[in-house]
Amino acid sequence: MTIPIGALRRQKAATEPVTDRRSLEDPRAELLELERQGELIVQKIDREAVTVSTKYGREKRIQKSHLWHHKSCGQCGHIPGYSTSIFWVMRHLGYDYHDPSDQTSCTAWNYYASATSNAAAQAAVAVRNFAAAYESGYFPLIHCGTSYGHYKEVREELIGHPELRAQVRDIMAKLGKPLVLPEEIVHYSEWFHALRDEIAAKQVRDMSGIVVTVHPACHYYKLVEGDAIYDPDIYGGQRTAVVTGLAQALGAEVRNYSTWFDCCGFGFRHILVQRDFTRSFATLRKIEVMKEEANPDVVLTHDTGCVTTLDKSQFAARAHERNVGLAVLSEAQFAALAMGAHPYRVCQLHWHSADYRPLLEKLGIDWEKAWEEFQSDLRRLESGEKRYLDWDDVDA
Amino acid sequence: MIETAARHDETDAHYKVPDVAGYAEVPHEEKVRLFEQVKGDFRFGDYLYGCYECGICVAACPSAKFYDFSPRRVAQAAAREDVDLIYQQMQEDIWECSQCFSCLRCPRGNNPGGIITIMREVAVNNGLASAKQALVGYSRIIYKIMSSGTQVSPDMLRSDAFPDWGPETADVADNLDLWRRALPAETMHTTSTGWSVADKTLVELYLIWLETGALDMIADVDSGLHSILLELMEERLEEEGIQL
Ligand code: SF4
Ligand code: SF4
Repeated sequence: MTIPIGALRRQKAATEPVTDRRSLEDPRAELLELERQGELIVQKIDREAVTVSTKYGREKRIQKSHLWHHKSCGQCGHIPGYSTSIFWVMRHLGYDYHDPSDQTSCTAWNYYASATSNAAAQAAVAVRNFAAAYESGYFPLIHCGTSYGHYKEVREELIGHPELRAQVRDIMAKLGKPLVLPEEIVHYSEWFHALRDEIAAKQVRDMSGIVVTVHPACHYYKLVEGDAIYDPDIYGGQRTAVVTGLAQALGAEVRNYSTWFDCCGFGFRHILVQRDFTRSFATLRKIEVMKEEANPDVVLTHDTGCVTTLDKSQFAARAHERNVGLAVLSEAQFAALAMGAHPYRVCQLHWHSADYRPLLEKLGIDWEKAWEEFQSDLRRLESGEKRYLDWDDVDA
Repeated sequence: MIETAARHDETDAHYKVPDVAGYAEVPHEEKVRLFEQVKGDFRFGDYLYGCYECGICVAACPSAKFYDFSPRRVAQAAAREDVDLIYQQMQEDIWECSQCFSCLRCPRGNNPGGIITIMREVAVNNGLASAKQALVGYSRIIYKIMSSGTQVSPDMLRSDAFPDWGPETADVADNLDLWRRALPAETMHTTSTGWSVADKTLVELYLIWLETGALDMIADVDSGLHSILLELMEERLEEEGIQL
């Protein structure tokens, strides 16, 4: 019997006319079309850019310089060496940037934790920040994986729903701002990936003896999945290439483990008010599996919540004699260390909980001496010689 | 018009008796009204296309591994418009979701986590018991994000708040001001916000909370917090000469 493929296809087309809205095929083209119709403004990439490939092959351009840093409240607040490492690496590659105070957080951590907001408010917060970047002339670079994922959701909602666009446009008008979105929504880890060869060219510490496991951040590659970077040469294009591509470019050995797709256990509300879940998930499904299957020196990840969860959840598990005890760093801190950054002045590792010292020793860093250097900085502040340290101090 | 699902027998293994679970049973019409709000959200149609019952979302779901929780049940209840089950989920299940969106692996194109986001919003808006319970101990965070524009601040790191995060948390708390001043980025010397947020930026944020009704969402679940924030925002806007 011949299978009536044509008829079946027609029948399917007739009964399933909906498009899968999880990820637009080409959001950039849709934005430019809306701009042509006078619906919104698109902030264009206007400096040298690196072209990378996304999950389904669409090309995405990553602007190298003149970037507006959309900071992360969780990074700046609890893991400040994450943010300072991003800035430090950019400075050392010679690219200019703007670190604005005309920026709020995306507020999505609260939204995913408590639902005490709505789609219009979330979109307006996003567009307000994008408008602030647009007014400054710098192109936005998003530090947080959740901000990045959430802003991509907001972009899809604004493209697909004219009534939401109208509402946000009205609110922006009251703030004296246009409805503006950037040509590409770019996560800092995409910038690190795109510039990994330039980073490796400035490497001064040998990473070849370092074994790494990578935790890919859910909100980076699961939310609006089509926009994340994939590369056929990394995992055969079956997992996002960011973080792994950088670690490999720096000469580290990236090892696989079976629960790579699992989230970290952050949970948004759980990390704050239901941490028994977070601790259990982070240790049982991630840290222990990594230790058993890959035995790495360090876990690298690329989002605020993942660094926090994987780092902080190990302490209590030690009391239960679980197989934990793994340094957790963002790949930005790892790259900064490779380029010679100070572990305390720049990478601020004293804000971390899991023991990072064995990693530093393996990298040939005398952490006791480095800590004493940092203490001498603090004495300068305490004596009133300086009120704040600055970028010259951290490179002294 | 919603098709009326058969009333479930309280002995059905899938149902806890509401009073035991800590929330009030409500008339069927009330459940229909709540579901209409979920379905009325403009994102609902983007998040649900039917369900194969394949369970792929459950296999990917972290919360399903540690709780009696299933994104498949959520997608199915929504697809069947089973308002009894949806009401029960709004009271018992939705706050267990981690909002990781691993369930976007769904081969049908569903977004169970997104449906849960909407169900949570409706639970908050209507002051459901589960929302009130979920927000116990959380108010200070809503206050922080709505008033300051950054959710996580360095001064939240105290060992009484995070005793399970190890002695390093106490070190941070003991040295907070000094360690913040040692950060090379100018915007990050703050202790009560993640970075220094400009005054004008805050005024714009307050306008967004007020204009979109986001602030009023918490009126039912936490009226005290609502009035504190409302007063703070109105006062600030008045100083700026802004009329709502
Ligand atoms: S978003 Fe919620 S339902 Fe979906 S996989 Fe994550 S925890 Fe499970
Ligand atoms: S993965 Fe999708 S189709 Fe399968 S059970 Fe879950 S919601 Fe239904």
